[in-house]
Amino acid sequence: MCDTCGCEDPNGGFTISKPGENTHQHYSHGHGDEHGHSHDHSHGHHHDHGHDHHHHEHAHPGSRTISIEQDVLQKNNLLAERNRGYIEGKDIIAFNLVSSPGSGKTTILEKTIIELSDKKFYVIEGDQQTMNDANRIDATGASVVQVNTGSGCHLDAEMVYNALKKLNPESGSVLMIENVGNLVCPAMFDLGESKRIVIISVTEGDDKPMKYPYMFESSDLCIINKTDLLPYVDFDVEKCREYAKHLNPNLEFIKFSAKTGEGMNEWFEWCILQNKQD
Amino acid sequence: MHEFSVAQNIVEIVTGSFRNSGAKKIVSVEIDVGTLSGVIIDALEFAMNSAKKESPIENAIVKINDIQAKAKCNECKKEFELSDFFSICTYCSSTNFEIIKGKELKVKSIEVE
Repeated sequence: MCDTCGCEDPNGGFTISKPGENTHQHYSHGHGDEHGHSHDHSHGHHHDHGHDHHHHEHAHPGSRTISIEQDVLQKNNLLAERNRGYIEGKDIIAFNLVSSPGSGKTTILEKTIIELSDKKFYVIEGDQQTMNDANRIDATGASVVQVNTGSGCHLDAEMVYNALKKLNPESGSVLMIENVGNLVCPAMFDLGESKRIVIISVTEGDDKPMKYPYMFESSDLCIINKTDLLPYVDFDVEKCREYAKHLNPNLEFIKFSAKTGEGMNEWFEWCILQNKQD
Repeated sequence: MHEFSVAQNIVEIVTGSFRNSGAKKIVSVEIDVGTLSGVIIDALEFAMNSAKKESPIENAIVKINDIQAKAKCNECKKEFELSDFFSICTYCSSTNFEIIKGKELKVKSIEVE
């Protein structure tokens, strides 16, 4: 049930809301394909692919086997590519920020939006519940929508697609997508972003890359956050880098502190550089 | 628990193919899940039980194939099986390798009547 208006919200649907608006839109997954990516691709290519079909010894009389060979996440991946085409077409650079809850994603966003005041920012906030993060971003003056995933543990391409429609970002802007705080599930879902940024705070432990390899393997930049706390915690920055590099030799790193300003300029330069590259 | 989203996608793919096939009933569904796909098979089985309710595959047998991950070493060029991303080449201990198998997550086939 939707906790804002009390209406029934079946099928694990999600809502998208803007700060200051009393209404919010409900979406449900699966049906309601108003974006017309219907999946009737008729996968019934009955040819044998040559890989072991285990010969179906259990075959029932009168039954036949239809080869499908379809990636389970194909629908999400297609929609993600559609989002990617949209943002590239409008010369927008989009970052997908992923991390555990409480690693400092929203604070990094607030600082970035305020400091890089010559850039136009749009933000998609993902959380299971509340408008809290969207309200914080709204206070910086950036356009923001909040996606509440309800029971969902990650953002997916369909949510971003609908959020983009509501945001209608202008050409040449920067889109920041703050994913649901979770180092597991968001790794599997491409949103159509230009770059994926994983944030780890030094209070979390330097073995995070070993524990959650998928997230580090799929990211482009790793921000090691809250470095002002390094004197008080057993976090070995080099060890953390080493683990992450093993998974992903191309991963870049920035040590960052919103309190002391460490890494702030490096981060801004990185953002601007991505804009030029794409 | 992204396995639930995965299970919902599987049900959707299977249902679509079944409708196109003109068959009356789905007997079984075969799914390939690589050991490095990021999906836990036990969790997926659990999620499938709930996702398939009131769908055409509610009573179908769901067979999940566990695909062992394999890599090719960039140093000695040999292929070896690996258990996780932190494995090393079993022949030369190199950490420089490409994963060639084990990231699969797909609906392989359905058996219909």
